[in-house]
Amino acid sequence: MPPAQVYTISQVTAYIKSLFVSDLLMGDVWLSGEVSGFTQASSGHCYFTLKDGGAVLKAVIWRTQAARLTLPRTGDQVIVHGSISVYEAQGVYQFYADHIEPAGVGRLWLEFERLKARLAAEGLFDAARKRPIPAQPRRLGVVTSATGAALRDILRTLAARYPLVDVILAAAPVQGADAPPGIVAALDALNRWAAEREPLDAILLARGGGSVEDLWAFNDERVARAIVASAVPVITGVGHETDFTIADFAADLRAPTPTGAANLATPDRRELAATVRGLAASAQTQIQARLTEARSGTDALTHRLGRQSPLMHIGRDRQRVDDLSRRAGLAMAVRLRSAGERLRSQRLHLSALDPTAVLTRGYAIITKSDGSVVGSVTQVAAGDALDVRVADGEFGVVVTMNHE
Amino acid sequence: MSTEKSFEDLNRELEDTVRKLESGDLPLAEALALFERGTTLAEQCNTLLDGAELHVRQLMTRPDGGLVAEPFEDGQNG
Repeated sequence: MPPAQVYTISQVTAYIKSLFVSDLLMGDVWLSGEVSGFTQASSGHCYFTLKDGGAVLKAVIWRTQAARLTLPRTGDQVIVHGSISVYEAQGVYQFYADHIEPAGVGRLWLEFERLKARLAAEGLFDAARKRPIPAQPRRLGVVTSATGAALRDILRTLAARYPLVDVILAAAPVQGADAPPGIVAALDALNRWAAEREPLDAILLARGGGSVEDLWAFNDERVARAIVASAVPVITGVGHETDFTIADFAADLRAPTPTGAANLATPDRRELAATVRGLAASAQTQIQARLTEARSGTDALTHRLGRQSPLMHIGRDRQRVDDLSRRAGLAMAVRLRSAGERLRSQRLHLSALDPTAVLTRGYAIITKSDGSVVGSVTQVAAGDALDVRVADGEFGVVVTMNHE
Repeated sequence: MSTEKSFEDLNRELEDTVRKLESGDLPLAEALALFERGTTLAEQCNTLLDGAELHVRQLMTRPDGGLVAEPFEDGQNG
């Protein structure tokens, strides 16, 4: 009797792989164990075995992951993160690592991730919980070591930027087992002070740089809860730029360093001075404009007032006189001009009537001895002596015949 | 606690004064009074900004559990 169904090797291997892939734990798992047989191939991929007393697990780190991880050596105790799946070609299941830590640090890392996830789930890190930091604080609380570099950095920064602020230090150990309860007590003391004596605008919780273990107090759940419980907003400045602690997530504002926390908590007095200068200049401009406006208003009034004054009347009379004399002068000139023209035309007329003018053109005036002008042949007889006048003189003639 | 006005108060009053002045429609005498007030406030702001010295106190717990703030001297600030 042949079986109802026969599978190929590929089919069954694909099925086995699908079981691994669909399993939530296999896809995202932390493991601890010892590294053995670690080799990095020329391709850049790393192959090794993870083992403990009772079992072994083949493991791979792909080239891209290997490039950003600190690679282990054979014999190292490690904590690794990754997924477990099937390599079909060889019929093996193996671990694909994407994060690897030495066991000590790895444990801290695991602890950190667990606490972070738990507090996040509680809503302690919610953005809605974060309170604003006043722009110009009057009084700041500081929680850090009284002898540390962090306090020195903070005070130096505040003195330079905004020395108007009052600082209340609540000293606390920032490293070791005493640190978490010490930090909690300091936050509590500042909150009491703020509630009972002098209000605080913000609290700076700070520590200078150090190793992961050095900064561990800031990953303590008690510290995170004290930050959340603080009535005064908390700004953290722990370690260096790249260090993120649970306290940073719980804080209202996270600064990369202690100096950064002091910067975020205060305005820069040089900028404030510039703002004040701007306001003063604006006031100056405004008042200048108002004064100019008022002066031009006054000028207009003075002008209108001036027109009503007796001086103005005199002026007006004077102007009328001027006006009249101007008009008189004008009329006179016109009259003179027309008189002159008349004179000239009369003179032309007169010269036309002057008989001597005709003489220059070759005519002559003939008079008898009694002075009468001869205008007709009837006035003379042969033998009469007559006077002939031409343009430049006279001469005598005798009439020889009469052709009447 | 100091009874003097804080920089914040003075600066806010200066802003209000200038804003009022800018809004116009004020009798000249009032505008002049505001201008003088603004000038005084600006001087006071500058005096505070230039002359301030950082004051640091440290919280101490008394034997009875009460808190006191004492001047903090580490010889390195200022």
